[in-house]
Amino acid sequence: MNSLPFLPVLIPLIGGVIVLLIRQAGLNLQRLLSFLLVLALLAVSVELLHVASQGSPQVYALGNWVAPYGIVLVLDQLSALMIFITAILAVGALWYAISTKMDAQGSHFHVLFQIQLFGLNGAFMTGDVFNLFVFFEVLLLASYGLMLHGGGRLRTKAGLQYVVINLIGSTLFLFAVGALYGVLGTLNIADMANKVALLSSEDQGVVAAAGLLLLLVFGIKAAMFPLYLWLPQAYANASAPVAALFAIMTKVGLYAIIRVHGTVFGDNAQELAFFYTPWLLGLGLITIILAALGVMASRGLREQVAYLVLASVATLLIGIGLNTPAALSASLYYLIHSTLIAGGFFLLADIIARGKGSLEDHFKSGPTMPQAILIGSTFIFAAIAMVGMPPLSGFFGKVLILSSALDNEYFGWILTIVLIASLIMIIAMARSGSVLFYHLQPNVDSTDEPLNKLAYLAVILLFSASIVLVVFAQPITSMTDSIAQQLFNPNHYIDSVFNTPAVGKVSP
Amino acid sequence: MELLIAIVIGVLTASGVFLTLRARTFPVVLGLTLLAYAVNVFLFAMGRLTIGLPAVINPAQGGYTDPLPQALVLTAIVIAFGMTAFLIVLALKSRSELGNDHVDGLHLAPDEVPYDKKATVKSQQPNKEASHG
Repeated sequence: MNSLPFLPVLIPLIGGVIVLLIRQAGLNLQRLLSFLLVLALLAVSVELLHVASQGSPQVYALGNWVAPYGIVLVLDQLSALMIFITAILAVGALWYAISTKMDAQGSHFHVLFQIQLFGLNGAFMTGDVFNLFVFFEVLLLASYGLMLHGGGRLRTKAGLQYVVINLIGSTLFLFAVGALYGVLGTLNIADMANKVALLSSEDQGVVAAAGLLLLLVFGIKAAMFPLYLWLPQAYANASAPVAALFAIMTKVGLYAIIRVHGTVFGDNAQELAFFYTPWLLGLGLITIILAALGVMASRGLREQVAYLVLASVATLLIGIGLNTPAALSASLYYLIHSTLIAGGFFLLADIIARGKGSLEDHFKSGPTMPQAILIGSTFIFAAIAMVGMPPLSGFFGKVLILSSALDNEYFGWILTIVLIASLIMIIAMARSGSVLFYHLQPNVDSTDEPLNKLAYLAVILLFSASIVLVVFAQPITSMTDSIAQQLFNPNHYIDSVFNTPAVGKVSP
Repeated sequence: MELLIAIVIGVLTASGVFLTLRARTFPVVLGLTLLAYAVNVFLFAMGRLTIGLPAVINPAQGGYTDPLPQALVLTAIVIAFGMTAFLIVLALKSRSELGNDHVDGLHLAPDEVPYDKKATVKSQQPNKEASHG
């Protein structure tokens, strides 16, 4: 048994504790250690991506208790990809937090940051539904702390709503897990898939209800209609590096849908096979309309970016709801793009807000900001990438998803709605760009603070992902194709979980 | 016994949902607590209700209680306890910062400035934000 899969969980956990213990030694040492930990995580995640692409999923049985009795961590290609995206995003967000000294606005920023990564990586790797709940709680509790980091009135208000809705989500999660355990008698995802395949017809109703309840919980995390109302305010009011890291949080919900529902209610699940996908498709279409209207109606750039995140989630819901390997592969490509660009966009919005002085990021004519041409060009780049215009990665992601939608019976509706929503978003972004950079009033109080070049590097780092995704589109799509193939053959995942022997025992 | 437990779970959940939908933070906290109680009893019942049997397999006893839901409930209790404590502190913080205990914060405090008028007002008092710090 290889202990490599355990490292992404172990590094932030132990690192976070050490960062907490050395707080007497000063913030600079905490910063250095925290950044080194994130770099180590990035290095490990590259290695994991390499190992996972070799083929069979790596299984780590915690405490040497094998499945289905023990809790297992499973590293397949999807988990490795998600951990890799998280690590890149964390490097960008942490670099920004350190270079703008935002981590000094409250205590324990670095500890919470590491524990957040611990929760995220754990959620991406666990093979057990209850353990997924525990990791969700870990990442949520850290996110509550990060969300409120820096304090302030609006942040506290948005934070309270964010905490309450997630606590309700946790309760529903437990109800769903309890109902599934009551019928299936197991919590291991692979074992659940086996049990659902043998389910008698009178128990199917309960399992379907529990499955939909679980979908509701993941829908809260992913911000699916009608459960998205917490997202815009929470993201718009969080401090910039935190909002950037939160760009991965909605994707945790989507990941959980792909992992749990895709495995348990996959091909083998008799009448329950893929019973949830029409819900995803329909709700995704509604979400993208509302997100586009939200982008149009936003009063500030950060709120607008939050709605753009919502639109990207909706696009992904549609992609997963189409339920073909091609659509799933396209969705994964779009997921890499939208997470990193949205993270960078939150950082850019903060840079613009700093340049605008007291106007912050509000769409009002204001003073010229320092380095306006550079920032403005970056804004155009981000807007083009985010709304999905050529030649950047958002365009390719959307084209891949829409072309895989052509086989669907509702392709007319899907194409019409997605394209109209994109058009609305393009108009809204053009308007906000012109208000921010062209409608200038020289007599409004300007800021003397020059552009923080170090902080700007973090934006460049995250945005360069868009170019990489276009230039290396072929190898990346062949990787996402291979991930989608793996996900549509859950037997491979299930077999690896059950056939991993305990250490010191010979494989049967 | 199953009927009694089912009624208890139902009543707890219904009260919890009702209280969670209230407009002020304190009933919401109480509602979430009741929901947590309901889900704990529910998880416990999902291991099937048995009386007087041990949670470990003992041939002399002729049966056993499923230990896994008990472990789950224990974890859920600890997490719910921590979360409730956090939420109460946060509710107190928002009460002191927002000047009211409404969940939606729509009721403005006497000295609060609406969002769309904030920018102009702040430019007249540039040092206001710094003092909040």
